[in-house]
Amino acid sequence: MAKLIETTPCAGLLPLSIGGVNIHEINLGQVTLVAPYAGGAKATSDALKAAIGVTFPKPNRTNGAGPRAIWCGLDQALIVGGACPDLPQAAVVDHSDAWAVVRIEGAEAEAVLARLVPADLRASVFKRGHTVRTMLVHMNVGITRVGASAFEVMAMRSMAGTLVHDLEQAAKGVAARALI
Amino acid sequence: MRLPCPICGERDRREFYYKGDALALDRPAGDADGGVWDDYLHNRDNLAGVVRELWHHAGGCGAWIVVTRDTVTHEVHGAERVGKAKA
Repeated sequence: MAKLIETTPCAGLLPLSIGGVNIHEINLGQVTLVAPYAGGAKATSDALKAAIGVTFPKPNRTNGAGPRAIWCGLDQALIVGGACPDLPQAAVVDHSDAWAVVRIEGAEAEAVLARLVPADLRASVFKRGHTVRTMLVHMNVGITRVGASAFEVMAMRSMAGTLVHDLEQAAKGVAARALI
Repeated sequence: MRLPCPICGERDRREFYYKGDALALDRPAGDADGGVWDDYLHNRDNLAGVVRELWHHAGGCGAWIVVTRDTVTHEVHGAERVGKAKA
């Protein structure tokens, strides 16, 4: 059998360091989508709490620091940073390797994302642990603030090249503007 | 224009896909008269004023919502999730 070589979604594209931002790839390891069935929200949240110590997140929020639960749409969340327990009251789908995840950080990270994203990501309203499902240019993404000037941006793996291209163009634009 | 998604909060219009009049939620009975079905499928009022419309938060949470807005003043009065909304 051919020897298969594992590559990450952004292999060969990252890291980048442009002006006031650094962009590098994050490997979340095992990623599991959890979507509670109708009426199963509480049972699912309780089961997650008992097994990995995080409850099912409210919209626009994440829970946990080790294993994390990241809200990612209507009645849906991603469990990252650990295995997902059996959840009889929810649809559970393996999303490992399905997402391209990049971390963008630095003094200008907010300014770079402001060029691309129509949601308000300012620190005064979008705090650490907050997340949004929104668009980066025309592409659906999830964005989570993970630090005072650091964000995680998730897009579907097939769009990794577009994600990096758009972030790079915006970062170059912000850097060029700073020189004027 | 910004629309108040009941799940995500107030968001830019770019994140939403427009469907049309919320009349589409009021599906006639299967054995209803042909004229009733014709109205349901094809005939829409072209209102100047307050309208109720279906929007899909395609670039966000994925919910279908009913938005009440005024086509004359461009005021957005509110939104509620389909399923929780009355047609």
